[in-house]
Amino acid sequence: MTYASWSKDEALLVLSQTRDKPGPVLISLQAIQSVFGFVPTPAVALIAEACNVSRAEVHGVLTFYSDLRTFLLPANHVRVCVAEACQAVGSRELVSGLKSQGVEFDKAFCFGNCALGPSATVNGKLQGRASVDSVVKAIQG
Amino acid sequence: MSLLMEPDYGTPPSKRTDQVTVDIDGVSITVPAETSILRASKLAGIAIPKLCATDRLKAFGSCRLCVVEIEGRNGTPSSCTTPVSEGMKVSTQSPRIDRVRQGVMELYMSDHPKECAVGDECEVHEMAARVGLKEVRYQGRTHLGIAKDESNPYFTFDSTECIVCNRCVRACDEVQGTFALTIENRGFEARVSSSGTSFIESECVSCGACVQACPTGALTEKTLLTIGAPTRSVITTCAYCGVGCSFKAEMRGDELVRMVPLKAGGANEGHSCVKGRFAWGYATHGDRITQPMVREAITDPWRKTTWEEAIGFAASSLKRIQDTHGVTSIGGITSSRCTNEEVYVVQKMIRAAFGNNNVDTCARVCHSPTGYGLSQTFGTSAGTQDFESVEHSDVILLIGANPTAAHPVFASRMKQAMRKGAQLIVVDPRVIEIVKTPHVSAAHHLQLLPGTNVAIINALAHVIAEEGYIDRDFVNARCDLESFAAWEVFIRLPINSPEALESVTRVPAEKVREAARLFASANNAAIYYGLGVTEHSQGSTMVMGIANLAMATGNIGRPGVGVNPLRGQNNVQGSCDMGSFPHELPGYRHISNPDTREIFEKIWGRTISAEPGLRIPNMFDSALNGDFKGIYIQGEDIAQSDPNISHVHAALRAMEMVIVQDLFLNETSKFAHVFLPGTSFLEKDGTFTNAERRINRVRPVMASKTGKSEWEVTCDLARAMGYEMGYANGAAIMDEIAATTPTFAGVSFSKLDEVGSLQWPCNEEQSDGTPVMHVDHFVRGLGRFMETPFVPTDEKASRKFPLLLTTGRILSQYNVGAQTRRTANVIWHSEDILDIHESDAQLRGIEDGSWVRLASRVGDTILKARITNEVPAGVVYTTFHFPESGANIITTDYSDWATNCPEYKVTAVEISPSLQGPGSLHLQHSDGDVQLESIVRMANQIAANVPADAAPEIAIAHHIGQFWTPDMRRRLLEDADRTKLSPLVLKAMELESTLTK
Repeated sequence: MTYASWSKDEALLVLSQTRDKPGPVLISLQAIQSVFGFVPTPAVALIAEACNVSRAEVHGVLTFYSDLRTFLLPANHVRVCVAEACQAVGSRELVSGLKSQGVEFDKAFCFGNCALGPSATVNGKLQGRASVDSVVKAIQG
Repeated sequence: MSLLMEPDYGTPPSKRTDQVTVDIDGVSITVPAETSILRASKLAGIAIPKLCATDRLKAFGSCRLCVVEIEGRNGTPSSCTTPVSEGMKVSTQSPRIDRVRQGVMELYMSDHPKECAVGDECEVHEMAARVGLKEVRYQGRTHLGIAKDESNPYFTFDSTECIVCNRCVRACDEVQGTFALTIENRGFEARVSSSGTSFIESECVSCGACVQACPTGALTEKTLLTIGAPTRSVITTCAYCGVGCSFKAEMRGDELVRMVPLKAGGANEGHSCVKGRFAWGYATHGDRITQPMVREAITDPWRKTTWEEAIGFAASSLKRIQDTHGVTSIGGITSSRCTNEEVYVVQKMIRAAFGNNNVDTCARVCHSPTGYGLSQTFGTSAGTQDFESVEHSDVILLIGANPTAAHPVFASRMKQAMRKGAQLIVVDPRVIEIVKTPHVSAAHHLQLLPGTNVAIINALAHVIAEEGYIDRDFVNARCDLESFAAWEVFIRLPINSPEALESVTRVPAEKVREAARLFASANNAAIYYGLGVTEHSQGSTMVMGIANLAMATGNIGRPGVGVNPLRGQNNVQGSCDMGSFPHELPGYRHISNPDTREIFEKIWGRTISAEPGLRIPNMFDSALNGDFKGIYIQGEDIAQSDPNISHVHAALRAMEMVIVQDLFLNETSKFAHVFLPGTSFLEKDGTFTNAERRINRVRPVMASKTGKSEWEVTCDLARAMGYEMGYANGAAIMDEIAATTPTFAGVSFSKLDEVGSLQWPCNEEQSDGTPVMHVDHFVRGLGRFMETPFVPTDEKASRKFPLLLTTGRILSQYNVGAQTRRTANVIWHSEDILDIHESDAQLRGIEDGSWVRLASRVGDTILKARITNEVPAGVVYTTFHFPESGANIITTDYSDWATNCPEYKVTAVEISPSLQGPGSLHLQHSDGDVQLESIVRMANQIAANVPADAAPEIAIAHHIGQFWTPDMRRRLLEDADRTKLSPLVLKAMELESTLTK
């Protein structure tokens, strides 16, 4: 997935569409991330200004949600659910399998896909009954 | 003396008036409905363990320590978040509750240092002991390795002691309203953070609310760690701005450990700002002069000497001057930084020992128009409300004041009101912080051109009159109808419409109309204003315009409304009350009134002159004319703070005896012959009166570093001049004030010590003081409307000086900076900066951060430029905290027509890039008969500003008779070039009353 490189004007344009919505801080952070792939540092002050909150408050929200990021993700981003339901149907094996294959991934806690566990996402695309093979295949595209 | 610990009731008081009765551990207690169980218990004498609750903040319910059992309900609810209800039966202790609390505390202690830096102050340790925690079984990851944040000069943040109770975050949000703190991350990683940066790089304004709220040693004053735990405390009053916050000065022996804002303080209710809370180090700074000094000539070096020699030298010189040049050739200036008692004694010395009325105060250069304007309209010179009133306002009109910088503790209260729904209208040339700051923003910002205040206030009133918003019931019942009728005709004139004035003010007419409608349709609308109103050629007119607006809309005489001057210095109100003006005795009574004079003459044993004395600028003019030769200056650095410094310096040089009473050598003392060391507020025993007329006690926490009280020194000088004057103590001075001045009749130190503070008038009718004035009737009986024609200032932008300079303050520095420059506050602001709009900068090739030359017709200086859109095009702005920048070299000696309050807020200037930084200051000296020029200008200004009624010449003659010295009146009549005087002045000069009163 390709993202725009940082531009203040672009960010202001994004914020002009989110600032007046209810609960604008989270929506603004998401919108900025969807354009730039992450929340660049200068965006924090712009969001604070646009939503008339403090930079500290934006920072608080930004660091609370693990889906919001302050860095660009690697080319392929894998997340594996390690919550209870998936653990019960084999996510531990999936985790150790991926590790042995040298696949980097982040742990996640529930994609709401419990009935089809173990679950994983590759670049945002959800897999049910995920396996090392299915994940590697998705990465190789 | 012991250390005062104010009780913490856990949650704020309920505002409900209906009562409920509950049973807590068998104790029956009746409290207002919606009181929390936690608070009700504390009121019943039962302290429930708690950590995240404190009574300055809303209940949060996160620490789970204050749990209780309630009969008939399941579980163990937190008592901070559970309100009482009628007949409720609560148990605060049981084996189950003990288990819960011990479990909670065991978790806290498993990630908390065994010994805290603040020792007994750590509530975590206190609670662990209280709940009977014996051991901690948990082991695992902790936060104990995190490095301290020492970036703030005054406090440390040690995350290892933090229990993430959110008290600091909530204090910053709810009390201060800056929202500079947050909890970053979540789960185990959750920590208090100032937006991921160090405190000093964050949005923190260092008010100290978080430090005060912290129940552990995580946020701690550095002085507590270096000096150690305080052992005693003294309740006293901050000596910075006119908010007048109450503090506990916490001492360890004779050393001040910290200043802690007092919850019981009427003005601040437990809040503080960076200046009062932390910037008190100047009081014991090494630069303090503690021994008297003298010298024959200002070119000689200072020589330390005894009090006797210094006083004797000063007195003999003053006497010699009077013998040679006459009784009126000397005078003095009282200080709004000093106590009421010190000020009272100085004006007494001048009137009784000097034998003239040449006494003025630094309020001349800030709020003298408030005195004039409010006296004319309401009958007394004071703000109408208490600070608490703002919580009842629906609309706040803020004019020419920047409270987040200059009155921070009141600004926090204002922001609290706004977050609860009050709407704000800002009238200011600059985009000041409160126009838009987290969670609050102004409904309207009327960004007018400096010098057009009266045009705006007239335009607002015009809309209110034309669109039928006048509160006729209020006007008919409370106001002088003749004056109202004349005013209504005047204000409805088309020349006062927003459309007609748009080209003058630059504010779009429709914006003015919207703001006027918002103000007029509010249930409670209040007006707050500052020096942006008074420091203009029409300062007094503007104050009267504000009073008109409040009366016309019926916004006087109840909480939530009123006219409120925000006073710059701690005791501006008090120094004015104490008779510091040359035409007034204490209590705003004109010097020409024989009955008033008799009251003082009886006690003082001297005849008081019936003629008004010289105002500060008149003193300078008179000095240059050779008639004024000696001056006593109490705590004011006129050679830095007064406008057109070149003129001030020349005047001081022309004097034979300049006596300076101050903490430090300053710009003025460069021209002095005698230096009398003064005392800091930590050594004074007296009272300050704040902007809400609240008389607060100032108590000494340490012995005078000079060996004398300041008022003793004044008395010594008076005695050396041959007038017997002395008091046993400060309380005796207040007793004399109470005996002579009706508004203070009920005030005494013993009563203040008993009740904490009193708002004057405090007398037989109002023995507990008066929070809100003019409730049933105005002090003068009926409120008087005054016509307020807009007369543009003569200080206009021109081809040579096309920009308008306006001046102001910033948060961390105070006035001329004599105090704050001697504290760590310089970390935030170490030099004065010139703010300039992008377009003006581009036009002149000025870059951000570069040196620029700033020139007006009276002088020039060099400053660093900051390009910002906080000022509009055509306007530049700077502060005057640093003598090197010499902002007042630029400002002119133009002044308010009625009071001679300088026009600091408007100076026509030009700016050009400068290759070099500031060198020595260039002073330009004007030649010719400066005094006569001033007299002609002042007379013409008065003529231009008096209401255009049937006989304006009578009003002019009356004004001159009331406020000018006989000598100035003589010069107008005899020496002035009549071709330079306006026809109205010439007519007034034919009247008997110009000569006599």
